[in-house]
Amino acid sequence: MGEKVLMKGNEAIAEAAVKAGCRYFFGYPITPQNEIPAYLSWRLPEVGGVFLQAESEVAASNMVYGAAGAGARVLTSSSSPGISLKAEGISYIAGAELPAVIVNMMRGGPGLGGIQPAQSDYFQATKGMAHGDFHLLVLAPSSVQEAVDLTIDAFALADKYRNPVMLLADGMIGQMMEPVEFTREIDPETLPDKPWATNGAKGREKNIINSLALDPAELEKHNLKLKAKYDQMKEEEVRFASKGLDDAETVIVAYGTAARIAASAIELARQVGYKVGLIRPITLFPFPEEIINQTADKVANFLTIEMSTGQMIEDVRLAVNGKKPVHFYGRTGGMIPSPEEIFEQIKIIGGAKE
Amino acid sequence: MVKEDIIFAGFGGQGVMLMGRLLAYAGMKEDRHVSWMPSYGPEMRGGTANCTVIVSDKEIPSPLTSKADIVVAMNLPSLLKFLDKVKPGGKLFINTSLIEEDVARDDIEVIEVNANDIALEVGEGRVANMVMLGALINKVGIVKMDTIKSSLSDVLSKRNHDLLEVNKQALDNGAKLV
Repeated sequence: MGEKVLMKGNEAIAEAAVKAGCRYFFGYPITPQNEIPAYLSWRLPEVGGVFLQAESEVAASNMVYGAAGAGARVLTSSSSPGISLKAEGISYIAGAELPAVIVNMMRGGPGLGGIQPAQSDYFQATKGMAHGDFHLLVLAPSSVQEAVDLTIDAFALADKYRNPVMLLADGMIGQMMEPVEFTREIDPETLPDKPWATNGAKGREKNIINSLALDPAELEKHNLKLKAKYDQMKEEEVRFASKGLDDAETVIVAYGTAARIAASAIELARQVGYKVGLIRPITLFPFPEEIINQTADKVANFLTIEMSTGQMIEDVRLAVNGKKPVHFYGRTGGMIPSPEEIFEQIKIIGGAKE
Repeated sequence: MVKEDIIFAGFGGQGVMLMGRLLAYAGMKEDRHVSWMPSYGPEMRGGTANCTVIVSDKEIPSPLTSKADIVVAMNLPSLLKFLDKVKPGGKLFINTSLIEEDVARDDIEVIEVNANDIALEVGEGRVANMVMLGALINKVGIVKMDTIKSSLSDVLSKRNHDLLEVNKQALDNGAKLV
């Protein structure tokens, strides 16, 4: 541990799950995340875990439901169309208040779409994963090291809230290699007991894992309990990174891959006098509303950059709350914006500079 | 601040991904910031393959590059695809064993390496990629040749470790060309 290795994002996430004490993976192959199941297919047996390729995504997500109910740290991973198939099980997992980690390495859509990087599942991840009044906690890494750190955190957050956590990245983060360091390793035997788990009722009251509640008064009570958890997440779990806010006139809001490219555009812009800053949400739910709202008092305008036709921009606008204009630039369908394209937008917004 | 953007391009099976990974790994060993971004798609052996490697003294923002300092073209389709990607004043390494065409730009430096021919002289046709990488490292530095050599055993899969020596030989013979 502590030594730097060069790893693909997908492989690094897989190893991070093992380091987080995850011993169960259920999934079904899809590009561009196949290195996750490929890696875990040999790595999990090495540590006495279970790797299982299910007959479908629907089956895989229900296996996750079962393992999570039994108290295991459990992972599944997929890419956009596969996540849609897993959505039913994810709703049940959220309804039954179970911890699980789900990786979505987004690709272009809708439908089967393509296999190149995209950020077009933001709405799905943060608002409309499936039926019912629930949220995932959503983490968005923008480097391979951050993907490792957030994967390890994801398991702890899932346990803390008894709620599914999604790691939302795209084909670029999954496929690229960067140096990573694994500084934490958790032995699953040392994790706190889960007194609610269905792991054998000998000598105690039986536990029930269920998402059915036919009495509306009971279900409303359950929904309000879930809401209280989401409110607590908003209080305690908001994460973001920022750069250059001190003197910024324009602030770019971007996450994941788009934020990396925006950072290159900001370098270009600052060389010729445009004062541009960056707010990079790391948690997409809960969304970093407060920093954006406060920044709106100091800057002239915002520019949201996404690899979609505009999804996160709605949350940026809600956070800015009409104080300042919020502009948008995006590429989609697997196209990645270039720093120069973003720089052009900065020039349009910022006006001519001598 | 030193930052080098390098695109390696060729056809699947030429080992262009490996060249990039080896450079990135060596950069990491020398405590530089590095990123390696492959093209990925449905195509496999015989199709086109390329990767972008960035080695920098500071944190790397975008792992992709619009204009590269260096482009390595291992075959003609790669040259045609990436010729415009070389920055003015940048360097283009071409594999003249497979590319006979002249380069239609005079604002860049062109370095000709007959990589496949030299690889055959070393006795192993598959190491043309290492001949090219040897030439590149000797010409532009970026990392030390010793670091490249010591990274080989980390990057080459174990089943190819019998080829470590011939890879090193190819790196040396490539270096002698420039």
